Amino acid sequence: MRCGDFKENYIKDEEIFPSSLAKFSLAIFLVFLALFPFIANAHMLYIANMIGFAIIGAIGLNLLTGFTGQISLGHAAFIGIGAYTSAILITRCGVPFWASVPLAGLVSALAGMVIGIPSLRVKGLYLCIATLAAQFILGFVFVRWESMTKGITGIHIPPPAIGDLAFDTEKTFYWITLFFVLLGVGYARNLIRSKMGRAFVAIRDRDLAAEIMGINLFRYKLSAFAISSFYAGVAGALWVSFLKVVTPEHFPFMLCIQYLAMVIVGGLGSVIGSIFGAVFMTLVPELLNVLSDVVKAYQPGMEKLIIPFKQVVFGFLIVGFLIFEPRGLAEIWNRVKRFFTLWPFSY
Amino acid sequence: MATGGVYGLIALGFVLIYKATSVLNLAMGEFMTLGAFICFTALTVMHVPFTIAFILTIIFSILLGIVIEPLILRPMIGEPIISVIMVTIGLGAILRGLIYMIWDPTYRAFPQIFPPEPLKLGFAVVPSGLFWGFLFAVITAAVFILIFKFSRTGVAMRATAFDQQAALSMGVSVRGVFALSWSFGAIAAVIGGIVIGNISGIDIYMGDIGLAVLSVIILGGLDSIGGAILGGFIVGVLQNLVGLYIDPLIGGGAKQVAPFFIVLIILMIRPYGLFGKVTIERV
Repeated sequence: MRCGDFKENYIKDEEIFPSSLAKFSLAIFLVFLALFPFIANAHMLYIANMIGFAIIGAIGLNLLTGFTGQISLGHAAFIGIGAYTSAILITRCGVPFWASVPLAGLVSALAGMVIGIPSLRVKGLYLCIATLAAQFILGFVFVRWESMTKGITGIHIPPPAIGDLAFDTEKTFYWITLFFVLLGVGYARNLIRSKMGRAFVAIRDRDLAAEIMGINLFRYKLSAFAISSFYAGVAGALWVSFLKVVTPEHFPFMLCIQYLAMVIVGGLGSVIGSIFGAVFMTLVPELLNVLSDVVKAYQPGMEKLIIPFKQVVFGFLIVGFLIFEPRGLAEIWNRVKRFFTLWPFSY
Repeated sequence: MATGGVYGLIALGFVLIYKATSVLNLAMGEFMTLGAFICFTALTVMHVPFTIAFILTIIFSILLGIVIEPLILRPMIGEPIISVIMVTIGLGAILRGLIYMIWDPTYRAFPQIFPPEPLKLGFAVVPSGLFWGFLFAVITAAVFILIFKFSRTGVAMRATAFDQQAALSMGVSVRGVFALSWSFGAIAAVIGGIVIGNISGIDIYMGDIGLAVLSVIILGGLDSIGGAILGGFIVGVLQNLVGLYIDPLIGGGAKQVAPFFIVLIILMIRPYGLFGKVTIERV
């Protein structure tokens, strides 16, 4: 019986699976994920897909904001760049979906690096405003560059396919989403244990001190922006292929805030936190929708209040988590886990 | 110029709060909307004259500042910047949702407050709403600057902004100053809201202007009151020039993004604004 959480060296501390139990429970969870499409209905699978895209995007943002400490209010723009790149490649150049997703990621990463350049000179609030400006300018480009993006009418995208097998339903697309989510989570989880991951954390804690210790700020800040936008681009490409259409309205400033909220509610600087955050922030509006149906049955006319009510709940979630649990759902998860592993001798 | 005046006012709100408490309040646009709606309700539902409606709105914004600061911002002291920014964004979402719930999202025209005849200013004829709005903005800004320069409260606020611990040891109530500067910020935003509502009517999305104002404070520097006012006018004029000359070339929309281009350019050239304090960082 364990009565404490003791790590004797750094290698142990950095392990992805601290015990065979963790490996086992993860395996069970993966089996559940694989069986999920067979037990769920179309709406549940739709939400599952949405959660998948949110997880990829949120991990990307968490790598930048949570691990490297560079605040980005322009995440939606990167998602948009990925989405449009993939849409344009598929419809204009006839690139297959499978090649368009990584290409979308690369283009996003490039854009992320360009926008990341000011991060070398400005930081904190000023960087936050710079990324905000980038978000609005790119949003403007999506609307006005009609020869490429077809403006507000948007681009229609054919569903991805292998041979005759088309991934055009929620159920079939689920496999694509699952594949990319697992890839993304696995990469992020390993990245933060590497030299680069530790450099990110050092920059977050104090960038000047990190530079003195021999971390090349230019290189690592830009890599953080690039990796983060790569994730965003992939999330965007998958998302619009799933929706089969892309319009500029998909990437408003609100989307950035939603992603930031996921990262904060889930826990800054934690990969599993981003997953929790993405799941939580996608499910809460769904629950409110269910609630609005219930309300409609009893009190007709009240349901039009549900849209602003969602916003109020959203605001309260952000404020509440920041005040009462700044380390997010990941910390709650850890606490619950610790309680059970150490029970009954938790000293 | 009137747009510039409003920008200057809202920027002033940002700066007042930032200077004293080092918080960038991204809910400023919502403060503005809320103020405009309250003034509107006082005018149309309660049928009070404009002066009373105005005073009611000011009292409300003072209360808003006093309530929000200790409730939401005080627990955030010492937290990383991202948390502080997100808390104000969350606050903005709450306020926006509440405004939506209380008032409908429909557009309304503001009742006539100022005399409607256009004014002749020598060389140009100016629509009265613009002129009075501009005048209002300038007067408010002047009042704030005078308060800062000469009143006891103003001195206390400047002392707190300069060095919190020293101010504390000299008997300044730093908590009071924090709450007060939130109130002042809210007042500036609310007046901006009334002015702009007067010019172009109100709806729940008018708060979006709060984000465009960020370009003003970047231009003027986050902690410079004069910079905020001047920046407001510069950005307002630039924006209208862009609307006039560049919009026809690319088919509209450039006016709304122009402030953000200005931000990027300034950040590349002078990262701390025209009048901002250059901070020296030590490890």
